[in-house]
Amino acid sequence: MCLGVPGKIVEIHDAGGLKMGKVDFGGVTREACLAYVPDAQVGDYTVIHVGFAISRLSEEEARASLETLREMVNLEEEIEPEKILGKSPPSRE
Amino acid sequence: MKYISEYRDAKLVNGVLEEIRRTVTRPWTLMEICGGQTHAIVRHGIDQLLPREVELVHGPGCPVCVTPLELIDKALAIAARPDVIFTSYGDMLRVPGSGRDLFSIRAGGGDVRVVYSPLDAVKIARQNPDKQVVFFAIGFETTAPANAMSVLVAQAQSVKNFSILVSHVCVPPAMHAILGSPSNRVQGFLAAGHVCAVMGYWEYPPLAEKYQVPIVVTGFEPLDIAQGILTTVQMLEQGRIGVENAYARAVTFQGNVPAQQVIHQVFMPCDRKWRGIGTIPLSGWCLRPEFAGFNAEARFDVSDIETRESPVCIAGQILQGLKKPHDCPAFGTLCAPEHPLGATMVSSEGACAAYYKYGRMRNGQ
Amino acid sequence: MDNKQFTIEGLVCPMPLAHSEQIVLGHGSGGKLSRDLIAKLFLPPFDNPILRAGDDAGIVNTNAPRLAISTDSHVVAPLFFPGGDIGKLAVCGTVNDLAMMGATPRYLTVGFILEEGLELSVLERVVASMRAAANEARVQIIAGDTKVVQRGKADGLYINTAGVGEIARDINLSGANAQVGDVVILSGTLGDHGIAVLSARGDLDFEADVMSDVAPLNQLVAAMLNTSARIRVLRDPTRGGVATTLNEIAQQSNVGVVLNEDALPIRPAVAAACEMLGFDPLYVANEGKLIAIVARDDAEKILRVLRASRYGENATIIGSIVAEPRARVLMQTSLGSTRVVDVLMGELLPRIC
Repeated sequence: MCLGVPGKIVEIHDAGGLKMGKVDFGGVTREACLAYVPDAQVGDYTVIHVGFAISRLSEEEARASLETLREMVNLEEEIEPEKILGKSPPSRE
Repeated sequence: MKYISEYRDAKLVNGVLEEIRRTVTRPWTLMEICGGQTHAIVRHGIDQLLPREVELVHGPGCPVCVTPLELIDKALAIAARPDVIFTSYGDMLRVPGSGRDLFSIRAGGGDVRVVYSPLDAVKIARQNPDKQVVFFAIGFETTAPANAMSVLVAQAQSVKNFSILVSHVCVPPAMHAILGSPSNRVQGFLAAGHVCAVMGYWEYPPLAEKYQVPIVVTGFEPLDIAQGILTTVQMLEQGRIGVENAYARAVTFQGNVPAQQVIHQVFMPCDRKWRGIGTIPLSGWCLRPEFAGFNAEARFDVSDIETRESPVCIAGQILQGLKKPHDCPAFGTLCAPEHPLGATMVSSEGACAAYYKYGRMRNGQ
Repeated sequence: MDNKQFTIEGLVCPMPLAHSEQIVLGHGSGGKLSRDLIAKLFLPPFDNPILRAGDDAGIVNTNAPRLAISTDSHVVAPLFFPGGDIGKLAVCGTVNDLAMMGATPRYLTVGFILEEGLELSVLERVVASMRAAANEARVQIIAGDTKVVQRGKADGLYINTAGVGEIARDINLSGANAQVGDVVILSGTLGDHGIAVLSARGDLDFEADVMSDVAPLNQLVAAMLNTSARIRVLRDPTRGGVATTLNEIAQQSNVGVVLNEDALPIRPAVAAACEMLGFDPLYVANEGKLIAIVARDDAEKILRVLRASRYGENATIIGSIVAEPRARVLMQTSLGSTRVVDVLMGELLPRIC
């Protein structure tokens, strides 16, 4: 129920009291209603669902989470030497 | 594409999947309750890459699939009227009612139009003052703020020929119904990321506590889904219950407060029938009395409808995660996307359609 | 109806017609108005000796051992979109259908169905576009027909083109010829035309920096056929997209196709539009692209020919032909899983889920 796509706000204007904006999805732009992200500014990324911004994307959270995952994955590569020592990872399909 | 490409990085996703493999020591049954997540899982083949111990069941997360048959029949009756322009999200066009669907209504002369946003429907109403414009307002909490805003905009602009046919459903009551069922097998939940972007996840801790399950707010890209599954599995292996947020870049605990305010301004909780499941108390939203004038069900007399559900269709059991699409004797034969029997085959997010399209004719293919 | 006297001032361009003139029902009745429309608006741009003969049919000579004959109707809305228009589509569509059989396209017929009220200036633009496309493709328009329908029908203008091409003796292209071990080449980026038209239509209200890829591919095909005798199948993936076309070929040849998701060429703006609407680019229409299934060893030199051409600069290998599963198309996803790519079911609709 949630085709929400990230888009960057490139323009904000008022349409009869409603905060509206132009959102860029990477070469495609569409108008979206920004009433639900009152603090959003030009340059912010938002999740757009059926022509409405429903959430602002947090760059810091995104970076933090990606870094945690990258570290975890890299960490596994460092542990690979276990294989050489004769300890094999649990069997899987 | 920013915020998309990073989350499709094959090496990173496979690394997380590898971590899931390292973590599981016994079988676990997880449910995701979001059509968008079902679609993503099947499209990227994520369930193929999970260890055999992790079973993913697809819950009733497709608002198209759970819209009650009676309401679809009402929509068809309204759309067939010559004085009506019937507007809808694309997903709804092929959903069969008790005999026809919106496509065949259109072929028969009905003015049925796909809109991308509910505000487009209000615009059509303004441009066609001599017609009645009805908007099929379906969805979970994700779509409610947009649907609610269409009513407020129509009101502010005095657009009198606009009304909405409401079929809103809410996730937490459905989770209660599933987890509280005696035949429940679900041990952990992936909570729908965009529903939570709107509503926050403050409703989930009592659920987690009551049913002693982990619930993890999860996004939609392959990395998000892998991360959500990993977190859930880690909690299960460690015997932890509670709620964690694996979609923090878009979801906060309290959610989108302005959106929630508008939802409650326009809608109020009411009992709702879920197709294939039955009535779940207070699981839907209806228009508040002060907006009753925008209620299409009241504006059009659609009381004399005879509703017939297919006797073969087991969509209800699939929606509850009790059966898989290939458990259905009609799957791929009597029932296929070109001639669907139930909503789970019609909507591209329905479990049956997703399985069919991405080719799961046999168990484990 | 006014009684302005049309005078033919010779074969000149632009047409000496007042631009406020519109098509009226009389233009389709076969009388003076019809003859004047043909003489002023169609004959000069399409001019050639066969057409000038003015008979009920065009007469041609041919020494070709075999002929390819194809027809295509065009009902696109809007009539004009970034990168092209209905006229260019009408010519290129049929030219390409002939070219995909290895034929050298020679002659086209054109049938116009015009809506009463259509601005003559619009028709002139469309005809000029057809002439340019026909010139590039080196085909002649040698017969035509015009009908006019009442206001409210035909979305302004519908066009049918039929075409004839000559096939040399040793050419044998068919959807049934794909062999296990062959590779699948796509001549360029997916989905440009479909997204360009959808954007121009305005119903979904988005702007995209995307142009239709509509183009005549016959010269490119000729160059490819000169380079390799082991091209098995050529097909242009129009409606239904690459996915539907490959499924057709898989069925005709009774083979399997395996695609490599990472290899699919797609413009960022098209990818973004598909994300926003919930479309899969494999199903979006193309009008200036071809799929070539060729012997593996010849792929490199065929790619070189493609990439040297203005219509094939992004050509790349996107998959290969396998024995099993028969008549199916599979795709290896970026993650390494496999999924089935089915034919398009019904229309492509934007979704909320």
